[in-house]
Amino acid sequence: MSVAILQQGDYLIASIQFDLTDSQVLELRDDLSDRIGRSRVRGLIIDVAALDVIDSFVARSLGSIAITARLRGAETVIVGIEPDVAIAMVQFDLDLEPFQTALDLDEGLTLLDRRIQRDGEDGA
Amino acid sequence: MEHEVRVPITSDADLVLARAQGRALARALGFSQTDATLIATAISEIARNIVVHVGRGEIVMRRIHEPRRYGLVVVASDTGPGIPEIDAALERGHTSAGGLGLGLPGARRLMDEFRVETDAGKGTTVTMTKWRARDELERLRERRRDRA
Repeated sequence: MSVAILQQGDYLIASIQFDLTDSQVLELRDDLSDRIGRSRVRGLIIDVAALDVIDSFVARSLGSIAITARLRGAETVIVGIEPDVAIAMVQFDLDLEPFQTALDLDEGLTLLDRRIQRDGEDGA
Repeated sequence: MEHEVRVPITSDADLVLARAQGRALARALGFSQTDATLIATAISEIARNIVVHVGRGEIVMRRIHEPRRYGLVVVASDTGPGIPEIDAALERGHTSAGGLGLGLPGARRLMDEFRVETDAGKGTTVTMTKWRARDELERLRERRRDRA
């Protein structure tokens, strides 16, 4: 299995285990959209530390996962972007607006907690 | 140490192989981790162009050697239909296969030199190079080795 997906409370955590082919990236996108649709997920964390590169295709796919999640009422946080991968990503003029990023899983969870709690307070 | 690596590109699994090989060769030539990632990312983009637009091609990576610097050259070639509007394809935002048109311009910015030769009906060759300055110590070692 190239991506481990587990649900923890309101959150879905997808940990990419190895570098993915383009078709595996698309499978992940479809799988996550499907799960977000089926379960009441408020937040999604994708750990990309195992990816060798984040090129324009992978970045675009992560963006479309995040947009799909947002349409279902869930926030997406990408964690584990290595410094050298980040430097490469800058060269692509990517639209990073759809998702948030955090350093690692811990910080990603903290960020989701904070955002979702704040949304709850706003609504109260 | 092998200084030329050849990767046939026929499917998206070959992209994974090509970028891993590119990274390994870059590291073997003394490139930093960051430069190796930039090279691997550029390879990924041009290899995907082959898979998406042509279906098959080849990527050859090799070392070039100059007195003051090393380079890693990546040559991606295919015998496909060629890229009709190459100047537009090198501009950000131009797309032909549902992408965002960031691939070729992105690859160009990741590398130090970037050249595309494309011929309608005959194919496309992308040649791109990343340079690494040689430090004093390396030059000294080589001079000593040459004298010996």
